[in-house]
Amino acid sequence: MAQQKAIQVIDIVKRFGNFTAVDGVSFDVAEGEIFGLLGPNGAGKSTLIRMMTTLLEITSGAAIIDGYDVRKEADKARRCMGVIPQAMTSDGDLTVWENLSIYSKLYGIPTAEREHSIDELLQLVDLTQWRDAPARNLSGGMRRRLEIARGLVHRPKIFFLDEPTTGLDPVSRVAVWEMITSIKEKRNLTVLITTHYMDEADRLCDRIAIVDHGKLVALDTPRALKASIPGSSVIEAQFLNAPDNWEQILGGLAGVASVQPEGRDMYRILTDDGSRTTTELVETAVRSGVQVKTLTVQTTTLDDVFVHYTGRQLRDHLADAPLYQSPVAWGK
Amino acid sequence: MMAIVERDLRKFFRSPALMMAAMVFPLVQLIVLGNAFGGKIRDAKLGIVNQDGGPQAVRVIEALRAVQSNARTFQTIVYSDERAMVSDVRKGEINAGLVIPPQFSRDVYAHARPRIGLVLDNTDNFMTSTFEQTMSSLVEALNQPEVEPRVLQQTALEVVELYPYIEYMKYLLPGSITLAMFVSVMIGGGIVYIDDKARGVHEGYLVTPITKMELVAGLNVAGALKAMGAGIVLTLLGSLISGVGSTFSPSNLFWLFLLIGCTSFAFIAMMFLMMVRINDPLVPRAIFGILNTLLYFPSGAIYPIQAFPKWLQGIAFIDPFTYSVHGFKAVLLKGVGLAAIWPDLLYLGGFAVVMFVLSTLLFKRTL
Repeated sequence: MAQQKAIQVIDIVKRFGNFTAVDGVSFDVAEGEIFGLLGPNGAGKSTLIRMMTTLLEITSGAAIIDGYDVRKEADKARRCMGVIPQAMTSDGDLTVWENLSIYSKLYGIPTAEREHSIDELLQLVDLTQWRDAPARNLSGGMRRRLEIARGLVHRPKIFFLDEPTTGLDPVSRVAVWEMITSIKEKRNLTVLITTHYMDEADRLCDRIAIVDHGKLVALDTPRALKASIPGSSVIEAQFLNAPDNWEQILGGLAGVASVQPEGRDMYRILTDDGSRTTTELVETAVRSGVQVKTLTVQTTTLDDVFVHYTGRQLRDHLADAPLYQSPVAWGK
Repeated sequence: MMAIVERDLRKFFRSPALMMAAMVFPLVQLIVLGNAFGGKIRDAKLGIVNQDGGPQAVRVIEALRAVQSNARTFQTIVYSDERAMVSDVRKGEINAGLVIPPQFSRDVYAHARPRIGLVLDNTDNFMTSTFEQTMSSLVEALNQPEVEPRVLQQTALEVVELYPYIEYMKYLLPGSITLAMFVSVMIGGGIVYIDDKARGVHEGYLVTPITKMELVAGLNVAGALKAMGAGIVLTLLGSLISGVGSTFSPSNLFWLFLLIGCTSFAFIAMMFLMMVRINDPLVPRAIFGILNTLLYFPSGAIYPIQAFPKWLQGIAFIDPFTYSVHGFKAVLLKGVGLAAIWPDLLYLGGFAVVMFVLSTLLFKRTL
């Protein structure tokens, strides 16, 4: 039996004046799936999620959430979705419990249900012992867990998380990943997550859509995406005294699918046989009098997938991108 | 809607500094301005040059010394040289100088229009008018005939004051109460609202199924309740400080509460309309001073509207501050009720409704 579609995005476009932030993106998310939008800052991920969650008007195309078109039946769509924005928006002055209580009231949860529902959520996100603590006293990870609980007060079917682990330390990030996976199972949620962390997308998502410059450049499971590019291993090496035709020589090594120069005598080599290519590479270097300065061998990652489909590395984008590029600011 | 009100009020009561800021500024203004401008001039320095030395000159000097020992408006300093005295007035060592010219007594007896010279430093209007007023009264008293004529030849104006003397601090109180509500609205409805927007708190509201009108109403009610709190505290505290006892009669308390409610809603609705499309947190901070000057000063809170030029009277006419100050003056200083304040309540209520409708129409349900 075919899976029901929880989210349908059909040829969606968002323009801010002359700038096209999202350019004709289409995809479906099946019920119970964790779907990731992966891309650098400014790629259009947050604009996409904001259109799907009724926060931004859609220029053209459509977003259908649990069967409701967000342009025509916004309130019905809002009732079935939980949304965790990129910024931490819980009230620092209010306690954990008060934060959840205010949102329960905004969603019109009856008083009789509210208390029980909040206690259950606090258990789910492991914040029961902090229920009376002001939110400002929580650590970044705990605060993010509070926001996750806040997005679930009305038992949504679909959960949107916009870069949920940005700014968190590695331990807190892993804790948030585990929590999302666990909550998804317990509450039978469909999850759509945006991220620029490859490991996050790889570990959490059933399927990933790679977004760049507002366009969808690839969409599949992490495994299929990695398999879709030539070479199963990546060798990154830096050389000293390399001759001018060194790229050509590297391309002729056993198993090599492609060679990408990355500047300052650094090369990225995709190969089907990592160990054999590495051995040959070292032997060739010694024979040619070229010194190997650094050498790493790893299996293909989503970063390689990103490089393959966009021609650039995701981490370069992150370094170049502004800290926060607000689509609201674009609209000014 | 009540969830938004609850959230805003919880935050407000946990930020005592914000609450204080809304009340301290108008209270300080009431106390400082009330005391600074409310008093009468005392112990100013008046130089006297007696070039006559006759009995009528002595009579003038005795009258001046009577003022010195009773009203203490000025202290007299005797000069022998007119030029030295005028020079001291110029240098600011004394505030004014009185010249009794030679032949003064003789002119008095001869009914030959005797004159006394008053040298004034007219760079200070308040001091000048005080001296002019005091000296005019004094000269008038000196002009009274010693034997009353059989038929009164002059028409006298008898002034009847309807209310006890109103000190300047009491006069300022209505404006200070109104200002307290405005500052509260400026902080609670302006600065905090835009800060919340910038922090993404409103993003949280916008993804809930709450309607546009509920959202605007919730934010308005929360802001109005905060302003009402500031208004009530200022009314009670300000009345105690400035000695307005009539505040505490039950009927006056009721009218004051009504005025505070209408003013708060009018102010928050106006502020919300101004802020509804603003995203930059600097904007409300930047326009605070301008709004304060534009709305508070033309309202009649510190100077009568009748003294303004036409264009400023035009601002006063549409300014909700004007109606609030007028209403508070009527209840606090004159003790009158609905008969006097219904036009103010009507304007403030109508203004609030118009502002609310406009801000709801302009409010964007998206980012």
